[in-house]
Amino acid sequence: MLQIAKLPIAIFAALIITFPWMAHQIPVIDHYADIMVFVGIYCLITIGLSLLMGYAGQISVGHAAFFGIGAYVSGILTTNYGLNPWICMIIAMLITAVIALLVGAPSLKLKGHYLAMATLAFGIIIFIIFNEEIEWTGGPDGMPGIPGLSLFGFKFDSVDKYYYLVWAFVLAAFIFTANIIQSDAGRALRAIHTSEPAASAMGVDIAKFKIIVFVYSAVLASLAGSLYAHYLNFINPSTFDLFFSIKLLIMIALGGMHNIWGAIIGALLITFLSYEWLHYFEEFEVIVYGAILLLVTIFLPNGLVGVPEMLKSWVRRKN
Amino acid sequence: MNRLAQEHVLDVQGVAMTFGGLMALSNLNFQVKKGTIKAVIGPNGAGKTTLFNIITGSFPPTKGTVKFKDEPIENLKAHKIADRGISRTFQTIELFSNMTVLENVMMGCHTCVRTSFLSSGLKLPRSHRKETEILDRAMKVLRFIGLGEKINEPADSLALGEQKILEIGRALASEPELVCLDEPAAGLNETETHVASSLIKAINAKGITVLLVEHDMKVVMNISDEILVLNYGQKIAEGTPEGIRNNPRVIEAYLGGEA
Repeated sequence: MLQIAKLPIAIFAALIITFPWMAHQIPVIDHYADIMVFVGIYCLITIGLSLLMGYAGQISVGHAAFFGIGAYVSGILTTNYGLNPWICMIIAMLITAVIALLVGAPSLKLKGHYLAMATLAFGIIIFIIFNEEIEWTGGPDGMPGIPGLSLFGFKFDSVDKYYYLVWAFVLAAFIFTANIIQSDAGRALRAIHTSEPAASAMGVDIAKFKIIVFVYSAVLASLAGSLYAHYLNFINPSTFDLFFSIKLLIMIALGGMHNIWGAIIGALLITFLSYEWLHYFEEFEVIVYGAILLLVTIFLPNGLVGVPEMLKSWVRRKN
Repeated sequence: MNRLAQEHVLDVQGVAMTFGGLMALSNLNFQVKKGTIKAVIGPNGAGKTTLFNIITGSFPPTKGTVKFKDEPIENLKAHKIADRGISRTFQTIELFSNMTVLENVMMGCHTCVRTSFLSSGLKLPRSHRKETEILDRAMKVLRFIGLGEKINEPADSLALGEQKILEIGRALASEPELVCLDEPAAGLNETETHVASSLIKAINAKGITVLLVEHDMKVVMNISDEILVLNYGQKIAEGTPEGIRNNPRVIEAYLGGEA
């Protein structure tokens, strides 16, 4: 039976809790806690995408749009109407759920390339709306002045405080998703991935399952968007463009989409590459992503989490 | 056979199916009695798999009705039909190759025991209890079909004969009233065929009605109570194995000759 080991989760949680303290001990990586906030935000999206793509086998090239909807709904409602950010966050997730339902219901009947095209088109449309609806979104200049978050008078006003807030959400999403994977619902998703005829013969309502997972992954992306907006206090459309959707795919492909840990590892590596390690390449950065995607699809079909298994079978063959 | 067993579990009336201009089935009528084994035979392209796909809801028939326990099911989706108590296997093996033997059978329990997305995600005690129940059921089925030793092996690592048996096991896990087996002996060697036939008889002995498509005449003659013969989408004969064996129209359809 598919079991997700508890020990690595505990070790990972311990590392996450101690990381800011450790980073502050070493001046060179002192600012890594800040990058880790973004890693956490992207992890929320990739966890949902991993369930959608890796487990249920449905492609989405439009998740940047859901990320953007979360950010903009939070941004617009807090700055223009002065609503409580937490309530805005929930409203954003509800709006995203409805949009995902409307987009997903017809799209998920499509297969493979067609589903990819449909989500791609959706992503582009939303991106255009962010750019053009200047009255609401501020257009290409972006939207400044989004307030920070606070809870019962406690302000998440430093990097470290926000870090723990974001990672608490990531941990909750990780555990919730891992529970689903290990349940009857998770089996049904994997069943859909391998054989739709057999899954429906087992009584799996395929359309319903696909929609639920699509909506779930969209809502997680929306939550990530709200957290992003309240952290940076500023958003502009270029964050939510097609390239970001593709970057998300590179994250889960690199980490390994058939394993929920792949979502974390991929988000971690790609975020550090783009925020820190690839500055050296300047505008050639895109080429590096292309190379990563190419190499991973050819040599590591199961991503980095698949490497131990590959080595094991390689050693077995050698003996 | 007692009186109760005379009741029809499945009643197919006037079923026709056309694909474009091709008539795959035309005006087909037959019943399956409760607790019996009925075989559907016929040359390739006779419409056997089309018939199975209609009964199990892959697509609705162009015309006609299919009643399961006196209720029409011909317009229901496959998963709804599975919920009603009809399960199936596939001609080309459709196991969940990314799962273990145990998980495949556990998946078969989906019709009876299922958990919501939310309660699974929150790992409510309810979903935990259900998972234990599913595990118990699956283990019972695996012991019954004789794969109790291989539960943790990946499904696609099994030998072909065992994969066929596993598919039958997966179909049984839903505790169906009717199982439709699409060529359970195809590609099996003699020993494996024998195992499969005994298993089908054992399933039937539990009171489960069996409808099967099969090419292996030894199996068909050996285990069926009744046989339905199709040719070019039409019923050409129906009756006991003895009657079918000597039916001139059947012999003609299989051996060729002037129609």
